[in-house]
Amino acid sequence: MKDLAQIRPESFFADRFNVTASLMEKVLGSSLIGRVDDADIYLEYCINEDLQLEEGAVKKASRHVSQGAGVRALSGTRTGYAHTDDISIQNLEEAARQARAIADRASASTAVAVPSRGKPHDLYALSEPPVVTELTRKLDLLRKVDAACRAADPRVRQVIVSLSSEQVVMLIATATGWTVGDIRPLTRLNVTAIAEEGGRREMGSHGGGGRVPLEFFLEADRWRRFAGEAARQAVLKLGAVNAPAGAMTVVLGPGWPGILLHEAVGHGLEGDFNRKGTSAFAGRMGQKVASELVTVVDDGTLANRRGSLNVDDEGTPTGRTVLIEKGILRGYMQDRLNARLMGMTPTGNGRRESYAHPPMPRMTNTFMLAGEDAPEDIIRSVKRGLYAVTFGGGQVDITSGRFVFSANEAYLIEDGRVGAPVKGATLIGNGPEALTRVSRVGRDLALDEGVGTCGKDGQSVPVGVGLPTTRIDDMTVGGTAV
Amino acid sequence: MKFELLASVLKRALERGATAADGFVMEESEGSASVRMGEVETVTHAHDQRLSLRVFAGRASAAASTSDFSRDSLERLVDEATSLAKVTAEDPCAGLPDPQELIARAPDLDLEDTAGEELTPEQKVELARQCEAAALASDPRITNSEGAEHHDRRTHYAYATSHGFAQGYGATRFDVSVTPVATQNGDMQRDYWSSSARKRLRLEDPAAVGRTAARRALRRLGARKIKTVEVPVVFDPESAASLVRALAAAASGPSLYRRSSFLLDRLGAKIASPVVTIVDDPLIPGGLGSRPFDGEGLPTGRTTLVGAGVLESYLLDTYSARKLGLTSTHHASRDGSGVSVSTSNLMLLPGRDTPEALIRSVKQGLYVTELIGFGVNSVTGDYSRGAAGLWIEGGELAYAVEEVTVAGNLLEMFATIEAVADDLTLRERTVAPTLKIGRMVVAGH
Repeated sequence: MKDLAQIRPESFFADRFNVTASLMEKVLGSSLIGRVDDADIYLEYCINEDLQLEEGAVKKASRHVSQGAGVRALSGTRTGYAHTDDISIQNLEEAARQARAIADRASASTAVAVPSRGKPHDLYALSEPPVVTELTRKLDLLRKVDAACRAADPRVRQVIVSLSSEQVVMLIATATGWTVGDIRPLTRLNVTAIAEEGGRREMGSHGGGGRVPLEFFLEADRWRRFAGEAARQAVLKLGAVNAPAGAMTVVLGPGWPGILLHEAVGHGLEGDFNRKGTSAFAGRMGQKVASELVTVVDDGTLANRRGSLNVDDEGTPTGRTVLIEKGILRGYMQDRLNARLMGMTPTGNGRRESYAHPPMPRMTNTFMLAGEDAPEDIIRSVKRGLYAVTFGGGQVDITSGRFVFSANEAYLIEDGRVGAPVKGATLIGNGPEALTRVSRVGRDLALDEGVGTCGKDGQSVPVGVGLPTTRIDDMTVGGTAV
Repeated sequence: MKFELLASVLKRALERGATAADGFVMEESEGSASVRMGEVETVTHAHDQRLSLRVFAGRASAAASTSDFSRDSLERLVDEATSLAKVTAEDPCAGLPDPQELIARAPDLDLEDTAGEELTPEQKVELARQCEAAALASDPRITNSEGAEHHDRRTHYAYATSHGFAQGYGATRFDVSVTPVATQNGDMQRDYWSSSARKRLRLEDPAAVGRTAARRALRRLGARKIKTVEVPVVFDPESAASLVRALAAAASGPSLYRRSSFLLDRLGAKIASPVVTIVDDPLIPGGLGSRPFDGEGLPTGRTTLVGAGVLESYLLDTYSARKLGLTSTHHASRDGSGVSVSTSNLMLLPGRDTPEALIRSVKQGLYVTELIGFGVNSVTGDYSRGAAGLWIEGGELAYAVEEVTVAGNLLEMFATIEAVADDLTLRERTVAPTLKIGRMVVAGH
């Protein structure tokens, strides 16, 4: 495994599978280039390790290897995609033939694929990727987290700690003569605490990570903070009252509540939905879709972040795309297919879950830029409302624009003061409207700790979000207290 | 060939110091064709395989899996799994089931389409095209589409243990689906419909699927927001099925022994209204969730989860059963990381009323046709999700409603199910008929 720390993608696939960059280019050249609008061959090798501690002991450990190749041919709006988990030149040739047969049936298109320009970034080179770190060190970390979480409060009855680490090696050859590889480490530590008191039971969880080494969790006692947060949240919820129901002012805390942006505007600004005209944001470029306090960017170039990539899964270097600037819709996130068909430039947002999936436009790290208000002033400005600081998942219907996201930790605001904790509640809004009601933006922009996974069309990819403390006037809170 | 592969992997595991091991091989070929606005969009073709191994070193265990079946890779797999098992903790509940309980001969559940030729990509494209065309043609307000898709897969599963068990079965699945977009006065709404079957010829007519999807999208047009109210809520079969899934998740062994379930210590207790009976039946011939044996080689059978409102059984694999001092209900399922618990064909059994009668019984209330978001707390049962549907006024569906939430607690919700309709169809792995809950908070503006 040690070899995984130093390898280069080109030599990795050449040594292990006898597939070299020049052989890949030959497959592209002989069967695809000139016959289709765009094409690529994507090779991937992934090692994944999961460790889980429960009831004070590490009882679950597993290691998984996935490898495969995907060949894509694009003609007009058509995509032919064939993949195999047996990487060999013969199989690539066969996959290329199948992909072309699929795309060939299209009428000739005049749109030309643009070459991917620019150098790949170097955002997460690790001297020791987490998958190669010694097991004993990881197991020690899990036990320490468990002990800290139990010590945090006597009401904590169950603790589950998991550490998952992944290393992906990818190499892509495109029809525009660009061959580029990437090595992507990824790790995540997660703590779940179950607290019990007087027959009531509640769960709290906290976690984080990124494209970082194991040391990340040890720095500044991060592991201890994760453990303490999970316990605190579980215990806090034991005393939570029913959440209010109806429209009210909502203040979102910094960091992970940025999932608001991901759901409210992010998906709706992915190129594919706009090309097809099925997004609630379609045709609204240059229009006002948010309050002027709102500037939202998608940035795949942040060092060591969970949502960052040196190049996307089509070989395009990632970038920083301004989606909304002072309330005005400015940009879409694009992959090569949709950029070509819309006459735009790929933005480095072409992503796929694995070799088994064709890429599509996806977010990387999506966040709102900081404003000028002090967070405490924002809370003080609210007479009655909800202060939501931790969220679970969210979902959006991009066509109607309706989105939801569910608060795990939230408090009532009464007369400008944070009051009683309330039970979890789903918040619902409409994408093109919700951000027009942002009335205060804090100066405390924070990115999440590195836990986000986004699902679209059955494909999951790691993402990041971020938000400063933000006040939204008039949002529907789905509690039970009428 | 798969059994030989498994046998050699298990043999090597024992040689490497494992005291017992089991392995699962999944091989799948799949293809899909999608069409959007009459044009071919994506056609895919794929082959996937995975071998998952679980090893025991005494009472310690570990798992590993790979998609690379080369000799080197399989040897590495065994070595990694056995060395991982050496660092995990002893667990008195770990271990394979008693060999005597393993299934002697797997029943043929008719899960595989053996008739006829494989469809060509052109034929799949044509089926998807028919599906979308019917949606687009059904009303001038259907102006756009996210596309239609035909998808098929053929899978073979093989399972073997180090004490000599080896069984396998094949299964196929065909799906056709479409997501049309309806537009009216600047309002844009999409909806979805699909048909799935083990046999291709049992798929619903693609045009009928398209027309249903169009009808669903059209009825969402002109959606209004409503004031926050507490009213009866009628769930359509698809949204009712999601309530059944949430209940089953809370009844599954791992959430129970982790004390993270609102059904903890409720076995034998009344947890739902007497009109609620929920069964899991893995032996339905041709069923989308059917399986002849579970992920540990144990014979499967019908389980009554809830009988007339009483929680009659949990859903357990061997490990969680031992943890809880119960016996396995043979609900083990395999994934790459080992064994988990899953249901097969899970059904809330139908009642006698028609869905129309349920709606007619509501003076003012909400008819839910879609739920979004993740607002279900499995520890407490607290429930809050985004909803869309139709407002019921005087027993009639009056107008579309959106941007509301429905909230309550799953235990209270199941206890206050007043009626269950007769419209159960086995169109997915988890199904329910239309049902009516007495009162819920619907939050609006």
